Order: sequence, then C-alpha cells, then structure tokens
Amino acid sequence: MAFLHDMRFRAYFYQVVAVGFVVLIGWTMFATASGNLAKQNIATGFDFLTRPAGFVITEAAIAFEATDTVGRAILVGIANTVKVSLLAAFFGTLLGLAVGIARMSRNPLLARLALIYVELLRNVPLLLYLFLWYSLIILILPPVKQALNLLPGVYLSNSGLVVPAAVVQSGGAALFACLVGGAAVALFIRTMATRKRIATGQSNHGGLIAIAVFLAPVLLLWFTGGFAVDWDFPTAGKFRLTGGLHVRPEFVALLFGLALSVSANVAEIVRAGIQAVDKGQWEASAALGLARGKTMRLVVLPQALRIIIPPLTNTYLTVFKNSSLAIAIGYPDLVMVSNTVMNQTGQAIETIAIFMGVYLALSITISLVMNWYNAHVALKER
Amino acid sequence: MKQALLSICAAALGLTMAGQASAASTLETVKARGKLVCGVSLATPGFAAPDDKGRMQGFDADICRSIAAAVFGDGDKVEFVPTNINTRFQALQSGEIDVLSRQTTHTFSRDASLGLDFGPTVFYDGQGLMVPKSLGVSSAKELTEAAICTLPGTTTAQNISDFFRAINGKFELVVFESPDENRAAFYSGRCEAITSDRSDLASIRAVANNPADYIVLPETISKEPLAPAFRQNDSQWGDIVSWSVWMLMAAEEKGITQANVDEKLKSEDPDVQRMLGATEELGKMLGLDNKWGYNVIKSVGNYGEVFERNVGEGTKLGLTRGPNALWNAGGMIYSPPIR
Repeated sequence: MAFLHDMRFRAYFYQVVAVGFVVLIGWTMFATASGNLAKQNIATGFDFLTRPAGFVITEAAIAFEATDTVGRAILVGIANTVKVSLLAAFFGTLLGLAVGIARMSRNPLLARLALIYVELLRNVPLLLYLFLWYSLIILILPPVKQALNLLPGVYLSNSGLVVPAAVVQSGGAALFACLVGGAAVALFIRTMATRKRIATGQSNHGGLIAIAVFLAPVLLLWFTGGFAVDWDFPTAGKFRLTGGLHVRPEFVALLFGLALSVSANVAEIVRAGIQAVDKGQWEASAALGLARGKTMRLVVLPQALRIIIPPLTNTYLTVFKNSSLAIAIGYPDLVMVSNTVMNQTGQAIETIAIFMGVYLALSITISLVMNWYNAHVALKER
Repeated sequence: MKQALLSICAAALGLTMAGQASAASTLETVKARGKLVCGVSLATPGFAAPDDKGRMQGFDADICRSIAAAVFGDGDKVEFVPTNINTRFQALQSGEIDVLSRQTTHTFSRDASLGLDFGPTVFYDGQGLMVPKSLGVSSAKELTEAAICTLPGTTTAQNISDFFRAINGKFELVVFESPDENRAAFYSGRCEAITSDRSDLASIRAVANNPADYIVLPETISKEPLAPAFRQNDSQWGDIVSWSVWMLMAAEEKGITQANVDEKLKSEDPDVQRMLGATEELGKMLGLDNKWGYNVIKSVGNYGEVFERNVGEGTKLGLTRGPNALWNAGGMIYSPPIR
C-alpha cells in the first residue's frame, strides 16, 4: 500500500475521481432524460434538421426561403445573432471610449453628463430599454404610408429606414481587390513610418501617405469607369416601400439597446483603466512638453489597455449573450428561430442543446480572440 | 477502481430507473394534492385572463373547472398555471401541470411524437387575419407585400407562409414572443395585418381602443381544432378529461343548465338520470364520485353557457356559435352517448 503515500499517485487519483464524478452526473442526467423521453414516446434525434422549415424569416443575414430546411433556419438565426452582436460591440466600444474619456474631463458639465449617462444605462435592465426603444420607434414614427422622405430615396417610418441599395453591375471584383490590397499596403506603410519615427525621432507624414496610397487606386478605378454601380431606389408599393435596402425597427432597437449597454460598460472599464495608470506618467509627459491629448493617446491609453482588455472580454461576452433578448422585440435571432423550431417539432431538448452549443462555441471563440489580443498588448518583461 | 466506479454508476442508474417506475397515476396525484393544476394561456381575454378580482375567467379556465368539479365536486379546486406558447408541452410532459387547456390545436405530429394525447375538440377554430378597416382591404389575397405580425406560433407562421406561397405573393413576417408586443406592433401600424386563430383575433380586437375600427378578413386559412391535452399512457385520466368536456356538451343537448340542475335531478329522462348520477354508477367506472356529472354542470353550466359567458355574442369577443353549435343545430359539437 506504499503507493497510497506517493504524492504523484494521489494527485492523479483525486483528478480521476473528480472527472469520474462529473462524467457520472452527466451520464445520469442523460440517461434519465432519454429514459423518460422513451417512456413517454417522445421522438428524439436530430432528423428534424433536414425537414423543410415552412416558415419565412423576414430579416435574414443569409438567404432563406420557406422551403429551406430547419437546419438552415437555425443557421440564419446564428448569422443574425452574430451580425447584431458584432455591430453592437463595435459601435458600443467607440461610443464607450468617448464617454469614458469624457467622464474624466476637466469640464464638470461634460463629466457629469457622462456620469448620468453611465448610471442610467447601467442601472436599468436591458430588456426594459429594448421595449422602450422599440416602442418609441413604432409609436413616434409615422406608419409606412406617411413615411418621412428625408432625402431622395430615403424614407423613415415605423417600419424602419429604407435607403437606395447599391447594386454593383460590373468591376465588383476589381473594386474589392483595390480596397483590400490598398488597405494592406496602407497599413504596412503606416507601421513602417511609425517605426522609423520611433527609431529616428523625426516626425514624418506616414499617416497621410498611407491614406493617399489607399485612396488612389479606388479613385482611379472610379474615374476610368472600372466599375459601375446601379442604385435600386425604393418605390411606393401597395402597402409599403419595395426595393432598396431596409433597416427594420426590430434590428435598430436591438442594436441601439445593445450598443448603448456596451458603451456604458466600456466607459466604466476605460475610466478604471485610465485611472489605474500612475499619475507620474501624466507628469512625466507634461515635463516632456506633450499636450494632454497626445499624452492620453500615446502614453496613457497604451498602458491602460493592459488593464482594460480582460474586463472588456466580459463585456463582449455579455453583449453576445444579451442579444438573445431579441425575441422580446421581434428580431429573429438564434433563440427566436430555435423557439419557432421547438414549437413546430416539439424537439425541445435537441433544439436547446443546439443553441447552448452554439452560444458556448461562439463565447469560447470570443474569449480566445480576446486572450490572444491580451497576450499581444500585455507587458512583455525581458 | 474501475469496477468500483462502474458499480457506483450502475447503482445510480438503477436508482433513477426505479424512481421512474413507481410514478403514480395522474388521478391519484391530483387527489393526493387536493387540487388540479391546469395550464392555461397568458392573459387572453375570453379564454384565460384574471378579472378585476383576480379570479381566472374564460373558456379555457372553465374547462379546467369542469375537470376539477368532476374530480373533487368543487370547480374551484384548480390552480391555474399560465403557460408560455413555447413551453406549454414541456410543462405537460414534465408533470408540472395535469392538463393543458390552452387554445392548443390538435395536430398529428403533436399527438404522435410529443408523448401526449388530446381530449375532445372544445372549440372549432381556424386561422384568420385581422386588418384595420381604413386599409380598405376585403380579402387576405390583397395583402401581398404587407407586413404581418404574429406570435412564434407553431402552425400559425407555417400556415401564413403556405397561404402566400399558394397565391405566389411575398410578405413580411414580424414575430413577437410577447402577446403584448405583438398587439402593440399591430395597433401602432408596424404591420398591416395580424394573424392568429379567429378566436384569438376576437380576443385581440376586444382590447383595441375602438374594436369597430378593425375587421377580421373572410378567409380561414387553416382548421384549428382546439382541444385539451394530457400525458399519454394514462387512459383513466384521459377518460376523465374527455368525459368532463362531453358532459358539458351533453348537458346542453339535454337542456340542463347551472340554474336548473337541482331540479333536473328529479327528471324522468333516463339519460338525465344517468348523467346526474341518480341511477347507475357511471362515476365509479372513472374512479370518481357518482355525482360527478352533477358537479360539473353545477360548477360551470353546460357547453352553451360556457361559450356565451366567455366568448359569445354578448361578450366583448362577440363570437357566434358557427361550427361550435350543437350537432342537432347544424354545428359540430357532439357528445358520445353517456351510458
């Protein structure tokens, strides 16, 4: 029995026992559920994914018809969830950065306003805000028949915003190549210019050159007629506007609600991050003659970023999960589509397993990307 | 070690299986609990909605009361559980509720794959569309390109998709989880039309600022037999639910009402005597009191009374009997002989 006193054996033993318990609990739950389902003659399995869905999804990030399968309907839900979450995270971060900096402004009015903004958004449940934004949109804006004509071809009503849609007739590939290639080259030039400036201490016009390099091929293509764009103008149909690009109120209310909630969180995180940077950094920058704005941008923010990234990851995970509140205001996200599917097929356990798996996978992806970025900006000690 | 773990697994499994095997019948469970737990809709006026005193009122609620009366002799021994459209079947499957009385359509796949059975149809319904009168539309076929609001219903979204596919028209479907948001979106003009079962449309219209401003279009695009549901493999409980409903229908046929049921106890009619438990012992066959039929009628009245009180022409919903008239009055409400 000497091995019982072996530290290594004991370390492994406890881990095996722990894993065993988790597996046992999982297996018991699975066995109970499938046993109960079988006993009640409830169909199980994932066959329903290949059945035709039979319902339409009006707002679909990928093409969808009622004759497509249930599986594709769920894909549409995933795409819609990802779309609204990414946009909300993007706009929320920009806005939050501005509010967070405003919060520490030496102008008391601006600082107080930012404080009120943050407190109002952080202390009321998001769901109530979603109802509020959605109600405001559908109650204040006129019905589609009396849509406000803001600009030629741009209409605003309680059915959303309709704008002319650009339809690329030819040269789409060339335009895409110019945009992507130009951006890559411009980024490279800017990076090299920054490095050179750091190495030599001489300011140069790297940023301007980069912008010129990016714009030149696009403009060239434009003036030589390298690509042609047609505009699909909305026209008044019998009930609503047809043609053009529709931005629906359900999407706007959700994006707005999520982005504002992200911005309030980001503002607090940014403020905390900036305040955590030692006061001496400001003083040293001032002693070097750097202006306040430049100090913030070049000295304080890069250091604050190390503190900001981990809580920011949480905020992004939250916005992604909060997007499931979409169901309350009629935006067809993953949960809403899954609910309809669940309702039609009765396959509750399978459908919930799918959407839990999807949320888990996407959350882990966000975490991995943010952790990679965190490692990238972290203090590298030599 | 492995063997020890395996035996623990086996023991745990054995326990869970044993736990399932000894499940009591629904009637025993209900009796032991002292009340019926009945799943109804969330605030649907006319079908299930609390009145200003907090008492649950409506057609579906009265079906619950008739079953409670059959079991306990007291129609008030019911706990009403408002069920969400997405979780109603799970609530029933898991035993959270004893019976689901919630404007639920009896369909093949639900019957065959959800582990539940349906009682008699209590309401013959069909999906319709409602529009504001000011829209100037008189047929659903004119609604091509319109936006249509609905709940994430089971058959509702599919039926409307099928309808527009058949007439080769496009439309915009706006789906809400919450009935309140659905109504608000329709009344604010976000959608030109709202679709649901006709009975539900009547219920939605009843809460409009001015119900006369809205019309239900003539097309009925599906048949929706609404029926109470219960867990399958418990035929005694299924019989109790079914015969409680049929008792209501038979009572109307025989002219027994909540008001005259005591008087009818002395009736010479052998059918009436059997129904009210004056002769024979039909109740015992169901495991109930012999006066179960009397109790059902005493607590909620007959089918016609339940209909008129909750959804009939005198109510805000203003529904006519239509297919829900008795079989001998040209409708489809028909009870098998109670004998």
